[in-house]
Amino acid sequence: MAEVETNQKKKRPFYKENVPLLMQGNEACALGALAAGCRFFAGYPITPSTEIAEMLSRLLPMFGGRFIQMEDEIASIAAVIGASIAGAKAMTSTSGPGYSLMQENLGYAYMTEVPCVIINVMRGGPSTGLPTKVAQGDVMQSKWGTHGDYFPIVLMPSSVKECFYYTVKAFNLSEKYRMPVTLLSDEVLGHMREIVNLPPPDELEIVTVSKPFEPPEWYKHFEVTPDYLSPMASFGEGYRFHLTGLTHDEYGFPTAKRNEIITKLEKLRLKTARHLDELTDVLVEMMDDAHIMVVAYGSTARAARQAIRIARKKRFKVGLIQPRIMWPFPDKIVREYLENVDLVIVPELNQGQVIREVKRLRQRHIRIIGLNRFDGELITPQQIVEKIKEERH
Amino acid sequence: MAEQVSNVTHKYLRPKKTFPNVWCPGCGIGIAMGALIRAIDTLELDRNEVSIVSGIGCSARIPVYLDFNTLHTTHGRAIAFATGVKLGNPRLHVIVISGDGDLLAIGGNHFIHTARRNIDITCILINNYIYGMTGGQYSPTTPFAKNASTAPFGMVEQSFDPSDLAISSGATYVARGTVYHASQLSRLISQAIQHKGFSFVEVIANCHTQYGRLNREGSAVKMIQWQKECAVPVSTAAKMSPEELEGKFVIGKLHEVFRPEYVSEYQKTIDRFSREEKSDQQLQES
Ligand code: SF4
Repeated sequence: MAEVETNQKKKRPFYKENVPLLMQGNEACALGALAAGCRFFAGYPITPSTEIAEMLSRLLPMFGGRFIQMEDEIASIAAVIGASIAGAKAMTSTSGPGYSLMQENLGYAYMTEVPCVIINVMRGGPSTGLPTKVAQGDVMQSKWGTHGDYFPIVLMPSSVKECFYYTVKAFNLSEKYRMPVTLLSDEVLGHMREIVNLPPPDELEIVTVSKPFEPPEWYKHFEVTPDYLSPMASFGEGYRFHLTGLTHDEYGFPTAKRNEIITKLEKLRLKTARHLDELTDVLVEMMDDAHIMVVAYGSTARAARQAIRIARKKRFKVGLIQPRIMWPFPDKIVREYLENVDLVIVPELNQGQVIREVKRLRQRHIRIIGLNRFDGELITPQQIVEKIKEERH
Repeated sequence: MAEQVSNVTHKYLRPKKTFPNVWCPGCGIGIAMGALIRAIDTLELDRNEVSIVSGIGCSARIPVYLDFNTLHTTHGRAIAFATGVKLGNPRLHVIVISGDGDLLAIGGNHFIHTARRNIDITCILINNYIYGMTGGQYSPTTPFAKNASTAPFGMVEQSFDPSDLAISSGATYVARGTVYHASQLSRLISQAIQHKGFSFVEVIANCHTQYGRLNREGSAVKMIQWQKECAVPVSTAAKMSPEELEGKFVIGKLHEVFRPEYVSEYQKTIDRFSREEKSDQQLQES
């Protein structure tokens, strides 16, 4: 349902286009947001995500947007949702503790189907944990963080360039599916510098939520359409609709009628479940003849990519599966490849989160083992290669 | 007169939202809602450009009945959502409706910071000294020694004076009214909406079902009479000693100052950049 449009040629460029630029992952996220049309940011300082806020506080007013530093993360996500309802593409960035604080209002945004983007630059947890060190401990939180039954979209880039493109993609998906989209970055990705060439924004595909055609009297803010995606009016456009976190009917008014409750909650599931093709984004490498499969994501996927090359030289038939959209989990692809392998290694910067998803898809006896690191350091390619050797002896 | 009043009210009620409403018969919230509607009507605001935002509680149910851009959010966070709505579309008149538990307990931090920022939002607090919807637990405004379902032996905490709190947090317009003085309340609300900056109106209201029952204060009518007896207009209060004011409360406009308003101050930065951009272009063209 969403409309695809190209950015209008900006007189003032967001960044130097098509020239090699050295930048951090966090900076690439900020520029990706601008290119995607983000015009509102609300946030609260937190390591290691703060550079995104700092950069947007400078850039947003230059392009007619607004930045505000709120009193906490609860208020930040609330303001982001409010701005989005009023018609601005909006985002926030944070890290573990802040992401925890945002969960209740994130649930509100899932329930009221409000597009917005949350960048969580992961650090060690639980609690204050390791503020300046890398971890991948929030993968399951990004799926199950708020109460109730909901079906999130979560993206995980693994390079500075991907930080840019996946921030754009996060906005596009959030506009199309009318829901919050979380981008999980991490401390290493956020602070690492790489050379990137950014395209002019008008060469990017930019999606903006589709607007209703019908007159206000007929408008249903949560209309159940054949593809489960509803057009969205904004406050101030003459539609005067009501939004509530209470279970509601297609107009948005609270309801306790059984059929309306079911319709609403199923819509939350079906709007992603009916579009799994578009919501599958997996990088598959060297899997054609592989007997060993490495499932890795985010910054760990960088080590895994190198590791499979080293292991191949040592004649191990190993390949890599890297989900770049983590949720919804790419069940179909992973299940397909599980058919042909007898060993799966899941390196993660936590004590085993995504490995549970892989095990869930196991149809027959296959050895699935984790390689876990949670001391604030990255998993190295050598560690993965060692693990493969260990298993094969 | 009564007919005129109800005509005005009906003009702004949602045709799809049929009554009965959620409130107990005689609840003060309905009167406060009427006062808000009349204020908006007198100001002749375009209803497409009015947004009403609320949190959780009895008073937070007001927006669903009103034919504006309405947002019923999470507990305590209405004012933070409202900040986003205002910044997402600064043309909107943004009005927050809240209760004493919602605004001052769970939402206390957002309240003081939004007041401090002096953003052009109007906040109406319906103060009935108790959590009504959840069954009569004590709130930050429950007076000392009064009863609540979670203060069965009397309140041992001290309470907030919401208007004082608003003034010291930086609100630039602060008024107090009651649901007994309904037409004055309309006037105060319309002044608050017109004021440029963060404006705050505290409405003393009756919750006879919870507060009244637990404290043996009688029916809705009796509680509203108490408001009449204890309310002292600002001008009269000025001539009274603190002892004479003991047990009473002051109504009317309590405070109004003018300080730079957040949205328009931020706009200056945006405008500066767009001016620079224009002059850059002119330079290039010449
Ligand atoms: S419980 Fe109290 S505040 Fe709530 S509707 Fe009843 S009288 Fe009003």
